[in-house]
Amino acid sequence: MSNYSSLLSLVPLLPFFSAVILLFSTLPKLWISILAVGSVASVALISLFFNFIFWQQSDFILTANLGTWIHIDQLTINFGLYLDALSLVMITIISGVGALIHLYSTGFMYEDPSFKRYFIYLNLFVSAMLFLVLADNLLLLYLGWEGVGLCSYLLIGFWYQDRSNNLAANKAFLMTRIGDTAMAIGLFLLFTHLGTLDIQEIQSKAHQTWSLSNNTIASICCLLLLGGAVGKSAQLPLQNWLPDAMAGPTPVSALIHAATMVTAGIYLIARNSQLFQLAPDVLYIIALIGTFTLLLGASAAMVQSDLKRILAYSTISQLGYMFLALGVGAGASAVFHLMTHAFFKALLFLSAGALIYCLHHEHNIFKMGGLFKKLPIVAVSFAIGCSALASLPFTSGFFSKELILEQVVASNHTGLWWAAVLGAFITAFYSARLFFVVFLGKTQSIPDAVPTKAMSLALGILCVFSLVGGIHPEGLKTLMPPLHSNGLSALHHWLPITLPFIAISLAWWMFKTKRFGKPINSTLLQSVHQLLKSGWAFDRLYQTVFVSPFKFLCQLNNRDIIDLFYRLIEKISCALHMVFSHFQNGNLRRYNASLILFCILAFAWYITGELTL
Amino acid sequence: MLDTIFIITAAIILISAILTITAHNVVHALLYLIVTMLAVSLVFFILGSSFAAALQIIVYAGAIMVLFLFVTMMLHQGEKSLAQERHLFHFSSSITALVLCSMLFFELIYLLFLMPVASNTIFTTALSPIVTVKQIGMQLYGPYSLLVVISALMLLSALITAIHISKNPSTTKIKTQDNDL
Amino acid sequence: MIPISWILFLSLSLFTIGIFGVLARRNLLFILISLELMLNAVVILFIAGSRYHSASIANSDGQIMYLLVLTLAASEIAVGLSLVIHMYRQHHHLDIDKLNTLRD
Repeated sequence: MSNYSSLLSLVPLLPFFSAVILLFSTLPKLWISILAVGSVASVALISLFFNFIFWQQSDFILTANLGTWIHIDQLTINFGLYLDALSLVMITIISGVGALIHLYSTGFMYEDPSFKRYFIYLNLFVSAMLFLVLADNLLLLYLGWEGVGLCSYLLIGFWYQDRSNNLAANKAFLMTRIGDTAMAIGLFLLFTHLGTLDIQEIQSKAHQTWSLSNNTIASICCLLLLGGAVGKSAQLPLQNWLPDAMAGPTPVSALIHAATMVTAGIYLIARNSQLFQLAPDVLYIIALIGTFTLLLGASAAMVQSDLKRILAYSTISQLGYMFLALGVGAGASAVFHLMTHAFFKALLFLSAGALIYCLHHEHNIFKMGGLFKKLPIVAVSFAIGCSALASLPFTSGFFSKELILEQVVASNHTGLWWAAVLGAFITAFYSARLFFVVFLGKTQSIPDAVPTKAMSLALGILCVFSLVGGIHPEGLKTLMPPLHSNGLSALHHWLPITLPFIAISLAWWMFKTKRFGKPINSTLLQSVHQLLKSGWAFDRLYQTVFVSPFKFLCQLNNRDIIDLFYRLIEKISCALHMVFSHFQNGNLRRYNASLILFCILAFAWYITGELTL
Repeated sequence: MLDTIFIITAAIILISAILTITAHNVVHALLYLIVTMLAVSLVFFILGSSFAAALQIIVYAGAIMVLFLFVTMMLHQGEKSLAQERHLFHFSSSITALVLCSMLFFELIYLLFLMPVASNTIFTTALSPIVTVKQIGMQLYGPYSLLVVISALMLLSALITAIHISKNPSTTKIKTQDNDL
Repeated sequence: MIPISWILFLSLSLFTIGIFGVLARRNLLFILISLELMLNAVVILFIAGSRYHSASIANSDGQIMYLLVLTLAASEIAVGLSLVIHMYRQHHHLDIDKLNTLRD
């Protein structure tokens, strides 16, 4: 087992070392690509190897220890790694999809002057994410959490010469920071009450210390951890950084904001599932948040005209599905949907990237059209991705989404089920709209480039996985047992399967009658359209509630009250200088007078001295 | 009898001193100063130091004051100087000096006369015998010969300084210009 | 016999009058004149001191000191007056309040 431990310890370290080597050396582009892609690809191979040897077992645990980090009194934090079914799924996704995205980036970013910096950040991100999912204690998890937040900031603002990119990166960082602070406070509370930060120990000690009837503190801790997850996974109310984060390069959006970083919140809750079982109220809140978010994302994606923003809102919506699944207690299906979502969303983002690359950075879908014959590979990838997103039968998305809907039924939350079904309908609608508007109809912009070989290869592999990747990992079912259902009624079974087809036909009719992309006549519909397009106007809400009062307060402090104190000191010393400089004005008579004055004072001193004697 | 003469002389000294410093005309002030010096010489006579008294009249009043007068003659411009001087010295502008000096005076009086000290031995000494010129000469050639040398050096340095400072700058400049050519 | 306290008083008053002259007058010549007054005051004290020194031995230190003070006064006046002439040539007035270009 020790060989496996050392192999495990290589997993998060390989990309980190690659980033460090890239940082301190100057290599030609070929070698940079080989090093960067190679490190993540070797991690992918290691994780496939682990999958292979642990194929039959469903409750294996593999640990490794990279060294002690903190050792004070009773607190010992190691750089400990913990591999079980959940983390194995995560590292397979991260390294697999990550390696494909690295390969894709070598083609996409080839003409960019900061080629090396891009791969340093990307490798650093993969390393931090692997630390996050392999951590055996919450503090190391938090380290990875912060690391991915940092790399996300660096990569969103990658083209930093443009100020709007910097603002988008700041927005992402600040909003996730709010969640991070909540999570940190949750960590402190957990440590205070349970005395440990080791994840498995927390799960067992929580059940000993708290029970379902005495669970206020457990609820508070879970609520705080939920805060962190909400920030990182772009759920309500911290979701409006994700559409703006599309300012970064498209492979970055694919890796960070579709497949890996935004899934960190889901992972956190899944990892601490036994702790969350002690707080059913918090679980219900999670389900509610998930439902509202999925409706928000879907309705907003319906009316966008920017290609990447559609995919961003779609990501928010699908993450809502995962939160819903976690909230009703079906963690295994949430992680399964995470896996399939990683495949098809990465595929969609990478195809979008290929589209943008071939059309010279055109983002507006209403300026594209009829590209089916001109870019066949991209069109096929998009078709497969959109059908997986719409959960058409026998794509990977179909299996995971149907499973989630089944589990929601089994938990007897009918209202949530109807909301989720409505969301599925809208999802299918907008994915069909996207495909039709971009690839069918009249050609408006002519592509003058084709995707490079690296890009096409990555797209091809992801297409395959999006079609056949719908295999539920068994180990997850052991860790997070699914809800037992008493059989589904016919409505519950067949409605979700037929809905996508209805939605696609509706979209086809609207496309044929040319209703997409035309200005709307009635003002009511126009305001509804505006509301949906801005993501339920959350940006405006936060602007008026938080940003404007803060700016007002800063305006009040424009003269800088604290600085006034120091300026006062300066003024006093200047005044003293004015006073004292009169003693040196070159006036001889004044010098004489001061001589006599001090003579008088000396005599007076002597007299008083003699008197007291 | 000597007391009365002393008191009158002291009064003359003080009155002419005050008149010296409050005069507007420089020449008047110098004349008052000469009167003061003559009265001081008289005090020296009363105290029995005839040599000092003679020197006071010859050197101080006779040479130094005359030097003052020569320079005043060079710089004094009659009515214009008088007007200038009236502008410069005004009673109200000397209030501060008056206050300071009176404070100093009262402090010194207090220190010397009014302090509650046990014994004031200096006020009870007797007079020593009168010194003759011959004795002074013997002191000067004997124990205090270095003093004479030093005072000679002092006079020499003063002489050189006075010559150098009061040279006409135009004459010195011409020489340097010749060197440059 | 004159009590030495009278001579002390005279010397003190003359000295104070001299200080008043130095402080209150702006003309350079008058300052030099007041300086002379102060020197005279000190000299009176010296002479009186040697006279009232001891009852038996004759003491001529006071008059010798007077000689030195006289020399000092002479050289000081020489240098001082040459400076006065120099100043008058440059500035055409003798006001020391206007001579303050050595300040900051």
